[in-house]
Amino acid sequence: MPMATIQSLAGENEQHPDVALIERVRAGDVSAYDTLVRKYERQVFRIAQHITQNREDAEDVMQDAFLKAYEKLDQFQGNSKFYTWLVRIAVNESLMRLRKRRTGKMVSIDEDVETEEGSVPRDLADWAPDPEQNYTQSELGEILRKTIQGLPPGFRIVFVLRDVDGLSTEETAETLGLSVPAVKSRLLRARLQLRERLSRYFRRKRGAKK
Amino acid sequence: MTCTEFLALLDDLIDDSVNPDTRAELQQHLKGCEHCEVTLNTTRKTIEIYRSHEIYELPASLRERLHAAIMARCKKGC
Repeated sequence: MPMATIQSLAGENEQHPDVALIERVRAGDVSAYDTLVRKYERQVFRIAQHITQNREDAEDVMQDAFLKAYEKLDQFQGNSKFYTWLVRIAVNESLMRLRKRRTGKMVSIDEDVETEEGSVPRDLADWAPDPEQNYTQSELGEILRKTIQGLPPGFRIVFVLRDVDGLSTEETAETLGLSVPAVKSRLLRARLQLRERLSRYFRRKRGAKK
Repeated sequence: MTCTEFLALLDDLIDDSVNPDTRAELQQHLKGCEHCEVTLNTTRKTIEIYRSHEIYELPASLRERLHAAIMARCKKGC
């Protein structure tokens, strides 16, 4: 059998480690769920914080998302990764929290997403080498938070899932119920807008050595 | 290639999902366009900074408290 065929067969049969854990949970082993929660709690909390921008809400979302996933585990089909399925639950829970805070106002990931293309202006100044080192950790954290919070929610979520969390474009689309072209378009504009906003802090100072 | 065309392909270049011909065209454009070179490098840096800095830390004590709460409710059958 040619090598390529053997490899592709191995690829198809390769099982994600979460699958075995989920089977154990379904068989009644709660400790296997403990492992899954530990594995993903940081990411779920981070996503909830990015969407709700509120610490208490993020704590609630994290708990509710894991509980809901546990309750609905029988509905998990296994044709997507457990993590993307879990994130989808967390995103929906986060949006529900936002709706509660802004009573009566609809909140969706389409909010504030203007459709015109190429609307991002460009700051063309180069950045200082390792510009983040000009700030303390806490200053940098503040800059990064403030900057990403200024993005429309629909851009912010795509950027976080795709670039911070490392989901693929397809997984991000599936998680958010968006088309692949919509994810791509938002990602590009999110990246460019963040770059533009960070430029204010990171650009090479006038007169600084090249 | 114009700067607008370059920007439209910026993500594909960053994510390394361009075919060799397009890559060559993009590289060619970069050679003569300092603005696009700056945009490419600083966009890469933007992603790298966000990826390498956790801006919403989950402190260990809070993590343990939330974890315990989740597991307690799961054990009760939610």
